[in-house]
Amino acid sequence: MTEQEYIQARRSEPWRDELRRNMKAKERSDRTRVHMPELDAEYRSYSLKEEVNLGLSEEQALFEAARCLDCANPTCMEGCPVSINIPTFIKNIERGEFLEAAKVLKETSALPAVCGRVCPQEKQCESKCIYVQKMKKEAVAIGNLERFAADYERISGKVSLPELAPANGIKIAAVGSGPAGLSFAGDMAKRGYDVTVFEALHEIGGVLKYGIPEFRLPNEIVDVEIDVLRKMGVKFVKNCIVGKTISHEDLKEEGFKGIFAASGAGLPNFMNIPGENLIGVMSSNEFLTRVNLMDASNPESDTPVQMGKKVAIIGAGNTAMDAVRTARRLGAERAMVVYRRSEEEMPARLEEVKHAKEEGIEFMTLHNPLQYEGDANGRVQRMQLQKMELGEPDASGRRKPVPIEGAVEWIDVDEVIVSVGVSPNPLIPSSFKGLEVTKWGTIVVNQDTMQSDLPDVYAGGDIVRGGATVILAMGDGRKAAAAMDAALKK
Amino acid sequence: MNKIVDKEYFSENVVKFEVEAPLIARSRKAGHFVILKVGDKGERIPLTIASSNNERGTITIVIQAVGESSKKICALNAGDYITDMVGPLGQATHIEKYGTVICAGGGVGVAPMLPIMEAMKKAGNRVVSVLAARTKDLVILEKQVAEFSDEVIVMTDDGSYGQQGLVTNGIESVINREQVDLCVTIGPAIMMKFVSLLTKKYNIPTMASLNTIMVDGTGMCGACRVSVGGKTKFVCVDGPEFDAHEVDFDEMLMRLKAYN
Repeated sequence: MTEQEYIQARRSEPWRDELRRNMKAKERSDRTRVHMPELDAEYRSYSLKEEVNLGLSEEQALFEAARCLDCANPTCMEGCPVSINIPTFIKNIERGEFLEAAKVLKETSALPAVCGRVCPQEKQCESKCIYVQKMKKEAVAIGNLERFAADYERISGKVSLPELAPANGIKIAAVGSGPAGLSFAGDMAKRGYDVTVFEALHEIGGVLKYGIPEFRLPNEIVDVEIDVLRKMGVKFVKNCIVGKTISHEDLKEEGFKGIFAASGAGLPNFMNIPGENLIGVMSSNEFLTRVNLMDASNPESDTPVQMGKKVAIIGAGNTAMDAVRTARRLGAERAMVVYRRSEEEMPARLEEVKHAKEEGIEFMTLHNPLQYEGDANGRVQRMQLQKMELGEPDASGRRKPVPIEGAVEWIDVDEVIVSVGVSPNPLIPSSFKGLEVTKWGTIVVNQDTMQSDLPDVYAGGDIVRGGATVILAMGDGRKAAAAMDAALKK
Repeated sequence: MNKIVDKEYFSENVVKFEVEAPLIARSRKAGHFVILKVGDKGERIPLTIASSNNERGTITIVIQAVGESSKKICALNAGDYITDMVGPLGQATHIEKYGTVICAGGGVGVAPMLPIMEAMKKAGNRVVSVLAARTKDLVILEKQVAEFSDEVIVMTDDGSYGQQGLVTNGIESVINREQVDLCVTIGPAIMMKFVSLLTKKYNIPTMASLNTIMVDGTGMCGACRVSVGGKTKFVCVDGPEFDAHEVDFDEMLMRLKAYN
């Protein structure tokens, strides 16, 4: 059965027919989108661990699910990198079968509770929703509904496992336990493989643990999804760096027939401007790792973190939003986003920008740092900013920021967090002999199969893409699993 | 979890641990380090591997109790476990036959120096080791050092053992009497700075193993960054050893005080 036929077959099940007949399309489309309840902005700007988005209630989920028109040709699915069967899970919510909805999610996604929270749905599934495409209305809240179904299942305690093929005894490895590695591991476990995930840090989850803060993605939720993988038979080895602790040759000797390299883009970029090595200037990775992974703001933790009063975050991606909102929650009286382009070009999710603004974050767009100055002890004291204007569009289509001559200013800061992107981690590329990499250090793969020029090595996520998103990494994991499975079965 | 199989006190505050870590023992080389963490709320601490035993599947680390975390680690006993340990990290020391190599270690820096001395000796170098400590009780590993050295010079600040003076006095006495082809130095940052200034004067190539603040130790945060030859480097992945004459020691000394 092709995917198309499978979608149709499920759509024509009698209960789905009945559901469609129960309410007129006009009545569905006249409904306005349900908005997710949130914690009060003032309150939450002091609360590091409480989640901002509170999730839909059952009533809200039922109401929103009925907005979905159950299209014969569900274009929303084209926008999902892991091809979740979106109408099928939403219609299960509409008929009140929430656990069934969660099962549908798990057919293709290893981390639905995560994706429902952190995917930029406005650029993916929801951008392809017929409401947006044809009707100029707000899309069905697919992400919120996904989160609802996954959370419902978790809270119910009746967490189901996806169906597993009989064990085939073939050992395969994932390097890195971030979203790409976990997605790959889940798909291979379903196919009956003996999967081991190797992680360099002391916690499983990659950026989901060290990067994305609790107020956006609670660790407990990540752990529940990882636990499902464990119950599916996936083994996790922490504190093990493939390429350092064990080599590619070791893995082969131990009988691993396929390796999926998903070691991410962990190397933070700096701007190489004067004063960047002063105390108090750090990468967003360092700041977020201290706070999220090491729990540094908790007095019981041995790891320290600086809690600045006047904090500038350089950059305007999702990581920058996470860092600035975290700094605010650690007590920053002034928390600023410094970005060299205008608000329109900001790469962060709209929702994160909105949340940041509500929490009192200042946005200094069209500003670029030139240098930092410290006090006698080498602690950062102020930053010099260059004001910018937008010039002609560059090759990528974005308007290039150009300095306005003479327009510079000094602003007092006691902490600066540099969040201007990351580069691929060189560990795998430098330790796997013969692996082809680009000049940016990303691994070269066949776009359809994610296979590298080493036949047993596949790669995906940020080590292939540079810094991208959780869901694209998961899509790569899925693709690599399908291709590796096909290759091993030949 | 890594089991501690042996503990030995070198002095009141300096402890040697032999820890089970078969994979690290097998793949580590001179110059490599590990990151370890004790307890759920523990901090990640970098420590250079002093030696390993492949048959026993163990590595040896030497740690001085100076702060909260190192005191916590030093309080562990044989049979206890280190919650997390990862490695080997960093670039291995570049070993070749240079001729005469001075290995200058200060305080607990002698422990991570040991595998370098051993490798330098095995590569056919004449190894002159200069050990420095504040006082007699803090001189560690002298016997093991002697095993891999053609000559050992011990310097103490107070003259309670060996010769009275600083590590630089010991190094200069060697330079004054014979051709020196390389100097390797590990110890407190301030000591390495002065060793570097001295050898620069005599134009002797010098490697320093830097001990900066670290978090992950795998290159993902940049907490350990230093300026080397005017460029920012990450000690955990580009180092820990660098050409000492290119290192901005003043900046490094400043950054070490970030959390004081």
